[in-house]
Amino acid sequence: MRWLRAIGKIPGAIATWLGERFELEDSVMAVLRHPVPRELERPVGWWYVLGSATLGIFVMQVVTGVGLAMTYVPAPNSAYDSLQFISHNATLGGVVRGMHYFGAGAMVILVLAHMTQVYLFGAFKFPREANWLTGSLLLLATLAMAFTGQLLRWDQDAFWAIVVAAEQAARAPVIGNWLATLVVAGSNVGGATLTRFYATHVFLIPAAIFGLIGMHLYLVIKRGISEPPVPGLPVDPPTYRSRYEKMLARGIPFWPDAAWRDATVAAAAVAIVVVLAALFGAPQLGKPPDPTNVVADPRPDWYFLGYFAILALIPPATESIVIIGLPLFAFVFLFLVPLLWPDGERHWSRRPAAIAAVALPLIAYASLTVAGIASPWVPKLQGGTLPASVTQSLTAPEGRGADLFVSKACFACHAIEGAGGSRGPDLSHVASRLNRDQLTARIATGGGGMPAFAGSVTPSELDDLTAFLLTRH
Amino acid sequence: MNELSRRKFLSRLTVALTAGISGIVGLPILGYLLAPLFSAPPDELVPVGAITDFPIGETKLVSVRDPSPLAWAGQTADTALWVRRREQSGPQMFQVFNVNCTHLGCPVNWQAGAKLFLCPCHGGVFYSDGTVAGGPPPRPLFEREWQVSGDRLLVRQQPLPTVKQG
Repeated sequence: MRWLRAIGKIPGAIATWLGERFELEDSVMAVLRHPVPRELERPVGWWYVLGSATLGIFVMQVVTGVGLAMTYVPAPNSAYDSLQFISHNATLGGVVRGMHYFGAGAMVILVLAHMTQVYLFGAFKFPREANWLTGSLLLLATLAMAFTGQLLRWDQDAFWAIVVAAEQAARAPVIGNWLATLVVAGSNVGGATLTRFYATHVFLIPAAIFGLIGMHLYLVIKRGISEPPVPGLPVDPPTYRSRYEKMLARGIPFWPDAAWRDATVAAAAVAIVVVLAALFGAPQLGKPPDPTNVVADPRPDWYFLGYFAILALIPPATESIVIIGLPLFAFVFLFLVPLLWPDGERHWSRRPAAIAAVALPLIAYASLTVAGIASPWVPKLQGGTLPASVTQSLTAPEGRGADLFVSKACFACHAIEGAGGSRGPDLSHVASRLNRDQLTARIATGGGGMPAFAGSVTPSELDDLTAFLLTRH
Repeated sequence: MNELSRRKFLSRLTVALTAGISGIVGLPILGYLLAPLFSAPPDELVPVGAITDFPIGETKLVSVRDPSPLAWAGQTADTALWVRRREQSGPQMFQVFNVNCTHLGCPVNWQAGAKLFLCPCHGGVFYSDGTVAGGPPPRPLFEREWQVSGDRLLVRQQPLPTVKQG
């Protein structure tokens, strides 16, 4: 039995040898054991795990991304097929692509959650302003990864998303058309476009992310993890650091006293993504990226649907300002946050404006996302029929009018008894609002967002349509 | 004493060398990456089809192919256009529209019954002559220059149209 015990000591001996020869005690272990405020032992410590969870998902994105790059062919004539191969034929390809897809959504959610927590805890204040600034750049990089990643799917949605991105870039003052040319890498989306987005997605932005994560973590260690805020205990820059150092003197080592919570939540986040990927697999690709197929319904992934909705809902006159100005304002504001409010109260209960600054955009964006999913501004082009209750017991002209209502695409924008589009007003009871002359005039000349149909319906067709609509009391 | 100390000289030398060599590496890379800005926009005339393919009063979808695409461009070398035949002959004979909505570039779809172009993204609507009938588009559909050569209709290639290029 003595030899068994001797063998059991081998792993420990190897670890000690490696630790000594590689000087890990002074580097890795010293960093891992850096002191953090003692309060993190209490349940409030659970709030401090979101950054680690984001890092965990990021590592998974790198690993699955490298895996996908082993098979994905970033050429316009092959990318779609190689993705179909990854999704349906490659061993575990669907799961790996699914992990990368759900991981992207998790990245967006966790980065924003981490930022919200830091903001509400006032942890961006002195002396941790640069942590916030590097974090803001990481948010930008995450969104850029999410967008370029969607384009690599290289299906119909991706193709038109590139066109939309170029058109948006073209709205920028002075350099707009140059930006648009660089987005599509030429005069049109073509052979040169996809490889650029690929290199941007797998080399450029990740290189920036690695560098920024390095700076971000270095600052977290050097400036120390912020203590949980206490109402009535504001940040006073001249005295803060000595107070914080005293606090750390009776602190706890990050490893393992606090790190176990980070590991738990990061592992749970990754596990959720893996389970989602195993259950649902990779997202279905849309139609192939054929520019000559104009039967398209381009939509971005769910986290960009709110922005998609803004572009449909704002008044057209303000559009160029909103397309360029709104994102610019949001990010400039983000960078100014720690510079404008470096001191003062940290606790959210003493910062009602901070709560509003989180809640209002959240509610607004959630509402816009709901609007983006429904997209009521898009005419329903799939066709369909009026309910039998609407068309039964109509006279001959009224019946012809009901047919015209569908064939002339009135139906695409107007609903009757629950069938039809929601772009324009519901016409179930239009006869109680408008008389024959008003109906005729409105159909012929349009107005209020409605096209004029005088050029596309004959006078007798117009009579039939009006006759039909007058049955809708 | 206006003399440069040895240490200051060496530090300036190091910075200058690094900056100089970065410039020598950076300039070609920058030029390589910005190359799309310096290439001439396409303006060849390409065939669309026989004139008899387009009955008067109708609007049809056609596709034209980039005459000199990259070998790996695949389907992206194709571009769709809406061709509207207005008259038997003369300068008003055709209208050739880019499929891109003038709002943000999504492909508009022709509804023959309603005689409207509808955009699936943000709900832009255009009349058959390309003018705006509703929704967010700031201007009429972009038109392509066209020519009739014998019994063939030709259109001029152009870059992705943006609101500013007009």
